[in-house]
Amino acid sequence: MHIGSLVALSISAIFINNFVLSRFLGLCPFMGVSKKTETAMGMGMAVIFVMTMSSAITWLIWTFFLLPTNSNVLYLIFKLFKSDVVPAQFDFSYLETIAFILVIASFVQFIEMVIQKTAPSLYEALGIYLPLITTNCAVLGVAELNTMSMNLNFLESIIHGFSAGIGFTIALLLMSGIRERLELADIPKPMRGLPITFITAALMSIAFLGFSGLKF
Amino acid sequence: MDYAIIGALLELGFFGLLFGIGLALAAKKFAVEVDPRVEMVMEVLPNANCGACGYPGCSGFAKAVVAGEAPVSGCIPGGSEVTEKIGKILGVSAEAKEPLVAVVKCNGGVRAKDKFLYDGIADCRAAYLVGDGLKMCSYGCLGFGTCVDACPFDSLSMGPDGLPVNDFEKCTGCGICVDVCPTGVMQLVPKNKPIYVACNSRDKGAFVRKACQSGCIACMLCEKHCDFDAIHIKENLASIDFDKCKLCGVCIEVCPTDTILNKFKKVLAENNGIPAAVAINPSATKKLLEKIKERKKQEAAARAGKKDDKSNNVSQSQ
Repeated sequence: MHIGSLVALSISAIFINNFVLSRFLGLCPFMGVSKKTETAMGMGMAVIFVMTMSSAITWLIWTFFLLPTNSNVLYLIFKLFKSDVVPAQFDFSYLETIAFILVIASFVQFIEMVIQKTAPSLYEALGIYLPLITTNCAVLGVAELNTMSMNLNFLESIIHGFSAGIGFTIALLLMSGIRERLELADIPKPMRGLPITFITAALMSIAFLGFSGLKF
Repeated sequence: MDYAIIGALLELGFFGLLFGIGLALAAKKFAVEVDPRVEMVMEVLPNANCGACGYPGCSGFAKAVVAGEAPVSGCIPGGSEVTEKIGKILGVSAEAKEPLVAVVKCNGGVRAKDKFLYDGIADCRAAYLVGDGLKMCSYGCLGFGTCVDACPFDSLSMGPDGLPVNDFEKCTGCGICVDVCPTGVMQLVPKNKPIYVACNSRDKGAFVRKACQSGCIACMLCEKHCDFDAIHIKENLASIDFDKCKLCGVCIEVCPTDTILNKFKKVLAENNGIPAAVAINPSATKKLLEKIKERKKQEAAARAGKKDDKSNNVSQSQ
């Protein structure tokens, strides 16, 4: 494993497989929080933080608790009492979704408390968007991609989570910039608000398709 | 032996317990001291989270009030009672606001003629998108009850004549129905002034007559007869200045289309189903009306006499 593959992974998560515009994850905050650049920035920062941290934690849980390997914690505990257990009996990978969402939800709650105590002004700026990350499918998506789909190692998981957050923030910022201008545009009445936003998102998604030609 | 069930229980139980304890400890460690007054204000608020105060829910308003950003009397649904309680908690005396209620400024309902057959979603906002609504009158009530659905206090209901009926006991004047109505036919009026103009049409009188049996035709009779300068025709529509109105009921009496109504005593006339206006005190109002008519006649006569004098003077000087 060398640094080049990490850069490629990062570029891929930010542009080629952008979480919002290519994987279509986290569309709810993409539509909901992209009205102003300021809030979009705040939301993006919170998502980067949560994605990076939850990538790390969920990777640990996946590797040491859910996968049927020799280092499965439950297998090691049962082995102390019984000699005839094998790792294959401890395949809990089907618990992935519920275990990950448990981790993410608790983690977001914890972060909320810490931020409220240590940085009240940031807490005020993030407002409702911080607890909303709990149910952001992009966060769950990055955890799932890290473990089940892409089989990344610990360092790669963290880099992937961080880059996914950056990609999300870039999409959100671009969208908020466009939407601030859309406010002033003369749009036909039935298309005002969300309809034109969805069309814009679709066009942006097509534009991001152009990154799929990037090769390393 | 299979460990699937016991393993899943153990793992998720372990994580749940771990995170639960962790969060409980963190909540203690990172506890933020909240002004106890916020909690106290929260307790006296109606907790309907209607948003009429302009803040996101009752908790937002409570925070703003304690921080001094919102006025003590900001809770519209709570009215003077809640204002007083909040004032006590914060040690501020607050002047009570005049309570408001919503009225439907329309008398048409099923009697208002349709422009076309609307077959779409049974929602006023959707209906209004199609050519400004299905009624010939584009200002009146469309009758799909969007306001009824929106009312958080359950005070609006759909009446038999296709118009929403407001229960003024329950109405808190939060104004949500006013915001949600696409034609703007709902209006907040002072609760203790039992009079309002039940029409919202800015169309010319002739068109109003064609489109609706009981709309304001801007005949000026109410304006002419009002003794207190309280009712005026603006944009082909009578509007009452509640600061000047003395509730004499003369306008109710003179209105030829029964558009000006006493909001507490709207009854249906027996013959044709058109709501007839009932004056605040019919006999007294009639007497007052006679007096006013007489006086206006005298004034008119006096003016005519003066004119004659003037013209006489002019002719004499010539």
